[in-house]
Amino acid sequence: MHRLRAIAQPLLDSLRDLAPIIVVIAFFQLAVLQRPLPDLERLLVGTLLVAVGLALFVRGLEIGLFPIGESMAYAFARKGSVLWLLLFAFALGFGTTVAEPALIAVAGEAAEVAAKGGVIGDNPAERGSYAMGLRLTVALSVGLAIVIGVLRILRGWPIQYLIVGGYAGVVVMTLFAPEEIVGIAYDSGGVTTSTITVPLVTALGVGLASSIKGRNPMVDGFGLIAFASLTPMIFVMAYGMMF
Amino acid sequence: MELLPHLFHTLLLTIRDVLPIAAVIFGFQLLVIRKPIPNLKRVLIGFLYVLFGLALFLVGLEEALFPLGKVMARQLTDPVFLYGGIEQLAGEIRWLDYLWVYLFAAAIGFATTIAEPSLLAVAIKAQEVSGGTIGIWGLRIAVALGVAAGIALGTFRIVTGTPLYYYIIAGYLFVIVQTLFAPRMIVALAYDSGGVTTSTVTVPLVTALGLGLASTVPGRSPVLDGFGLIAFASLFPIITVLGYAQLSQWRNRG
Repeated sequence: MHRLRAIAQPLLDSLRDLAPIIVVIAFFQLAVLQRPLPDLERLLVGTLLVAVGLALFVRGLEIGLFPIGESMAYAFARKGSVLWLLLFAFALGFGTTVAEPALIAVAGEAAEVAAKGGVIGDNPAERGSYAMGLRLTVALSVGLAIVIGVLRILRGWPIQYLIVGGYAGVVVMTLFAPEEIVGIAYDSGGVTTSTITVPLVTALGVGLASSIKGRNPMVDGFGLIAFASLTPMIFVMAYGMMF
Repeated sequence: MELLPHLFHTLLLTIRDVLPIAAVIFGFQLLVIRKPIPNLKRVLIGFLYVLFGLALFLVGLEEALFPLGKVMARQLTDPVFLYGGIEQLAGEIRWLDYLWVYLFAAAIGFATTIAEPSLLAVAIKAQEVSGGTIGIWGLRIAVALGVAAGIALGTFRIVTGTPLYYYIIAGYLFVIVQTLFAPRMIVALAYDSGGVTTSTVTVPLVTALGLGLASTVPGRSPVLDGFGLIAFASLFPIITVLGYAQLSQWRNRG
């Protein structure tokens, strides 16, 4: 009985998380568009898969991603080597972003836009190298973002100055960047942080802030993701200005 | 696509996404920290759960919810639906005609954000760290409302064709002013919530909506106007989370 509950409860939680999507889709399909739901069986199977997947993912977070992120934060704090910690921060940011599928998609679209606008030649080779350059640029900027974010936690700098300064940078860059790149640049800030990176980076930040004396995990521990979504905007616009 | 091959394929893709992360983590653990990982077996099982969980999650979305959601986004933005089958006259676009689109945008933005796994992860952490002051559901609903407002406004922008950066710059200025008055402990979390909202669930559906809209509204081009919805979805949650913290602060004072 106890066992059954332990399996059923996370599933019920996930189903509850999914309920809004199902309600929205059913309402618009049946009431607004007034069409029947196609292939109900497939819909039900799919929803069940999503629910099981979400439940597994949350369990994996609790026993895998959160603990490893935190234990590494503690280990680096004990070791006391800032250089290694920053190198780790950079590798984590760069490594998780360069292969991110959402980024690959956006970089491809950006190359299309650039080719159509005559910024680069309209052939596969130039589009490919433009897209690759963009991916490296974004990955570099995310690596740098995590480094700055970790430094901020170590030093206890207030986050608002850095973020507001960053936004000011975005605004200034927007004025000078070519118009076609602006939308892509703004979107690239949102796509860099994947479902696996977010929990790891959050656990790292919170772990660091709780193992360093004088830091508050709530005030200082969060914010790494914010940097990782901010710097790509600036770097992508700079990339657009180079062509 | 057949279910099992699809599942296998997605699992391989997920493994490919996790590999660089695992390489960085275990590389640094072995070469720099040089200490055994506590509860190694448990952690590895956790990674397996994450892998299988994400793969099932993605396959389920792609099998059932994405196709339907994308078809609906296309149908709702289709002039045939909007104008009751009459061919639309060239030129005149009234933004009010797209009311159902804005409503759909807000509803789907809210609903997909509630199901977003990375937001759930951050909310779990925030509740743990704040000792329960910030509830998992409070944060998730605040962020979801932000995404809803952001995407609705973003579709409105595509229909009217105003430049994206007007909205984004105004939004950032608003965030800066809010930051001055918000409780200090929420600021970092609020900034984070902008970045976590847009991943697995939200991006594909929202992109479909943006592209559908940009290719059916006369005078808009999908390449130029289809972008930007994600930017709205990352900006507005910052505003709502800061607002949520301010509201609860005032309530406690009053």
